[in-house]
Amino acid sequence: MSDQVILRVATKIIVPTILLYALYVQFHGDFGPGGGFQAGVIFAAAFILYALVFGLRRTHNVLPTWVVRACASIGVLIYGGVGLLTVALGGAFLDYNVLAHDPVHGQHYGILLVELGVMTTVFGVMVAIFYFFAARGRQDL
Amino acid sequence: MGVLLDFALLAFLATTALAVVRTTNLFAAVMLAGIYSLLSAGLFTVMDAVDVAFTEAAVGAGISTVLLLATLALVGSKVKTPQLRITDISAKVPLRRPIFPLVVVLVTGGILIYGTLDMPSYGNPENPIHQHVAPRYLEDSAHEIGVPNVVTSVLASYRGFDTFGETTVVFTALVGVMILLSAMRRKDRFGEERWGEENVPTLYGGFVTKFRLDQDGRMKAAPEDRDGEGGGT
Repeated sequence: MSDQVILRVATKIIVPTILLYALYVQFHGDFGPGGGFQAGVIFAAAFILYALVFGLRRTHNVLPTWVVRACASIGVLIYGGVGLLTVALGGAFLDYNVLAHDPVHGQHYGILLVELGVMTTVFGVMVAIFYFFAARGRQDL
Repeated sequence: MGVLLDFALLAFLATTALAVVRTTNLFAAVMLAGIYSLLSAGLFTVMDAVDVAFTEAAVGAGISTVLLLATLALVGSKVKTPQLRITDISAKVPLRRPIFPLVVVLVTGGILIYGTLDMPSYGNPENPIHQHVAPRYLEDSAHEIGVPNVVTSVLASYRGFDTFGETTVVFTALVGVMILLSAMRRKDRFGEERWGEENVPTLYGGFVTKFRLDQDGRMKAAPEDRDGEGGGT
């Protein structure tokens, strides 16, 4: 599809907006609808749109497969790490109250970190699955 | 107004579902599935479940449509119609209209609808689901968690362990896809990745591997089954 001028220009404008919107959904999830899962999917959608218009090879240059695979694992590690951290600080597993002096602040930190983990994993998994599907049977990648 | 919107959305949903079943063009079916997801998202929004609607719109209408399209790029968008053999036509095989599956479906559907008659009505505050832990979450979330969106506080804090499980499930899905789709990629001795034949599933639930690795690490096609045990691969 890379010969379509309108698609290329429109994609170049839309992709940064989608990335920014994903971050908005991520960090505004405490106040409105949204959260890590939705933000991860939207973040992945931006890269998938880029891959659809500009091709897999260029997307691989921006975002190699090992990065998305690492993202998928790092997110789960962040989530589990928060749980282990709360245990180390003397609370129960995923008991965010101990993360800060004030329990409510601790809850805020915990939710922020946990949502970050969810977003990282979902983003990595979505893009990686798309990569695997799209690269199937192609010799040139 | 809300009821009218519900009816319109549900009618669209039913129509789209029927169209997905009826169409033989897989590209149209994928697009209709995306429309189905978008309509469900609208229905969730009418039910005030905006977080769920958000997820449905992003995953159902967005990502899964793209994944299905990527699959269509590999398999083509036409349903393969079974070829009638000459003998079938000459023998005038009557068109089979299986009645038994229809009866099973109707009876099961009837039982399910009968079951819903005993369920509490939708949105009733006296329902058991609103009496269990929901009041505690709604009342204590503001000063315990301090997050305005109660969905987030339930998801990430009260039910953080469940969400950890869900994240792990997503991760496990990737591992499964990776194992299934990248098992065919092998590096030859020059360090270049090569595609082998697939592992072809047989009718009996096993796999017939159509490639093997030679002694020097290069891939060779597996020798043909001489006694025909491969089962039409």
